[in-house]
Amino acid sequence: MNNTLNKKTPAELVKNFVSDNKVILMFVVLSIVCILISGANVSYVAGEVFSRFGRNTCLVLALIIPCMAGLGMNFGIVVGAIAAQISIFWIVHWGFVGVPGFLLCVAMSTPLALLFGWLTGMLFNKTKGSEMVAGLVLGFFAAGLYRLFTLYIMGGVIPYDDPNLLDRGFGLRNAFDLTGNLKYSVDDITFLTTASVLGVVYLLYTLVVYLHGKKFGEGVDTKKFVMQLIAGAVVVVFGIVGKMIPFVATKLGKNRVILADAVMLLAVGLLVYAVVLFIKNRPAKGTPAFNKVLKFAVLAVILFVTNMIPGVNKVYRSVRLPAMTFAVIAFFAAFNDWLVNTRLGQNMRTVGQNRSVATSAGIDVDKTRIIATCISTVLAAWGQLIFLQNLGTFNTVQQQDNVGLYSVAAILVGGANVQKATNKQAVIGVILFHTLFVVAPLAATELVGDSAISEYIRMFFSYGVIAVSLAMHASKKGGKKAKAA
Amino acid sequence: MTKDKIKKAIDAIGLPRLIVFCFFMAIVITAAVNDIDVASYFSSTLKYFGMWGILVLAMLPSIKCGIGPNFGVSLGIVCGLLGTLLAIQFNIAPAVEGILPGFGPWASMFFAIILSAVLSWLVGIAYGKLLNMVKGSEMTVTTYVGYSAIYLMCIVWFRAPFNSGEIIWPLGGVGVRNSVALETSFGWLLNDFLGFNIGPVFIPTGIILAVLLVSGFVFLYFRSKTGIAITAAGSNPTFARASGIDVDKMRVKGIALSTVLGAIGIIIYNQGFGYLQAYTAPLAMGFICVASILIGGATTTKATIMNVLIGTFLYQGLIIFTPPVSNHLLAGTDISDTMRQIIQNGVILYALAQTKGGD
Repeated sequence: MNNTLNKKTPAELVKNFVSDNKVILMFVVLSIVCILISGANVSYVAGEVFSRFGRNTCLVLALIIPCMAGLGMNFGIVVGAIAAQISIFWIVHWGFVGVPGFLLCVAMSTPLALLFGWLTGMLFNKTKGSEMVAGLVLGFFAAGLYRLFTLYIMGGVIPYDDPNLLDRGFGLRNAFDLTGNLKYSVDDITFLTTASVLGVVYLLYTLVVYLHGKKFGEGVDTKKFVMQLIAGAVVVVFGIVGKMIPFVATKLGKNRVILADAVMLLAVGLLVYAVVLFIKNRPAKGTPAFNKVLKFAVLAVILFVTNMIPGVNKVYRSVRLPAMTFAVIAFFAAFNDWLVNTRLGQNMRTVGQNRSVATSAGIDVDKTRIIATCISTVLAAWGQLIFLQNLGTFNTVQQQDNVGLYSVAAILVGGANVQKATNKQAVIGVILFHTLFVVAPLAATELVGDSAISEYIRMFFSYGVIAVSLAMHASKKGGKKAKAA
Repeated sequence: MTKDKIKKAIDAIGLPRLIVFCFFMAIVITAAVNDIDVASYFSSTLKYFGMWGILVLAMLPSIKCGIGPNFGVSLGIVCGLLGTLLAIQFNIAPAVEGILPGFGPWASMFFAIILSAVLSWLVGIAYGKLLNMVKGSEMTVTTYVGYSAIYLMCIVWFRAPFNSGEIIWPLGGVGVRNSVALETSFGWLLNDFLGFNIGPVFIPTGIILAVLLVSGFVFLYFRSKTGIAITAAGSNPTFARASGIDVDKMRVKGIALSTVLGAIGIIIYNQGFGYLQAYTAPLAMGFICVASILIGGATTTKATIMNVLIGTFLYQGLIIFTPPVSNHLLAGTDISDTMRQIIQNGVILYALAQTKGGD
């Protein structure tokens, strides 16, 4: 791939880049135009986009695995969101708050999501070839059942007496205010606590891998294991000790990290990583390994420099990031990456590429598809919990309605298509889609003097992006088929 | 032996149709037993049957030509809305009323129908060409094209340069109102035309005649040479191609006809409703139409006029009879919209699951 690219002229390179990224470029241009028209404050836009990024990305990352397994865009993540919402009713009823409440929500919603995902997977197996429309209709159908459950069965059929849940004798309240129980329960975890938690998780993981390797007599690298233990321990200790050092505690011990600090931290981290790589491998000049070191170093310098520019620094200073939420997003992305390389992930990929080949290779196609759907549904349930703890309020009956639409539109904006979606596309897509979401209404207000139109513009974009992207993909596929025939 | 026979009978009728029919009968009987005014609800069922009939009929050509239920019927619907608004804008009804008293509303309605039929035919042809590019994913694409068309038109309605006082907002002065009254154009025209009472039941003759007339026209169309070619292209494209039929062209014709029926359907619907609702009102209509024809016994690949008529009647009957009954039984609750959501989408899901998959 690289070799063929190198031989091309710059003009061709640009042309290729444009045609490969046309959806992304279109949205970048649109966003810039909207920002220019609206004259919006960049700090405000950046703050909004980052907060929406933290809220939505997990849900979008839930779409990647079913896509790999050939199920297309899983509009059925709506049922995962419903599982999350049901678990919140229990938590509110029992009166759990904060992190324990959130963890209990996760624990309650997971089995529900697994059950829903299994049923969804069975439906998808019955509707092969039209999973997307089936997922969409399933979302509406499930929303109907959920409405029956929340408005009539709770308190109606199931006797229930809790003023926190019911407000007119039967049927749940129209909206739940999560302030005081779940709101910001994850967002408010400090960077230092996050570091300690991640360190402990890493230590446990390395221990499990080491013991597993030893038990089955696979080659274990004791030296590497010790190094990993030390690295994990350093992170844990940093998290604990950091709270006692005033400078670190004021920067990283608060419930949000200021973006400017995060950028500096990232730059230092990259630089340290580059130096470690260089010392460890001592690559000769010009080799790919050397270029890698150089790339990290340059990136670090660029981050430093941007932070020094007063205008940019002002924007950086105004954005506050939730540490743990970003760690969860990274975990979701890492999980997707990890799964691809497992045996199960490889099976999913085979099933996604060609079902008959997969069958003849001895893969249980239907089962693999059900597992993919289950994973996606569980991730969606957790993603919805992250979403709701950030939003802090939820509309009992309708909250899940647009989950599928916005998530799918976002990942498609990032350049994904029905057959291939990656973490990178999800991240880019969320940023672009939500930038437009924030600035389009502002631009519309500026242009026509009425912000009511912005809702239509948003919805038109969301549906339009999906329609265009599906049509483009389907026509490509149709063209191939016609050529083959 | 008998078990087999029962199973065969159920298969022949179709499980969802059976369930919905039994549910409908149960509700009607419950209503009758509980002294609910069945006759007046039956009258409304007839009226709503007429209002929805042609919209549901729009599903027929698209299923017959092999595209499947047209979730994107909203393309036709917005054309119909535009035609109606233009008829009001140009003051057709009052102008003609001045020359030929009594014919104003008719002229207005036919103006709207003809204008939007032409418009939607053109839109339908473009839409059909798009759908020919996306063979195999038609249902997904139609759904999203339909939705985005509605929101695109929302933007248009919001700033469209109409200046008739009946269309624009009373105070703002720009853009289309949420609901435009059709009182001065053709509201309730067909509902009241030749209407009569059989005992307590009011028969809206005009609107039922309109449905039967258009159904008859579609029936005849599918008996014509083109119609047969469309059916052939839909049921067996390979065979049709071998016998010299241009399959892609037939699909375009089918979907264009479907779009035109959608446009006419919304005009008939609006006259029965008395108001025109622009903006997001048509969002749910596509799904209701699809569910109706499926309840009538159609599948995603086969449909008849009888499926349309039976399905529309059952669906509308269910929607009209459920609220009073649920209100009576569960004192003060209206469970009907939730039931509608579950039944409507459940029926569509069932039909999707019955269709043989892509491999």
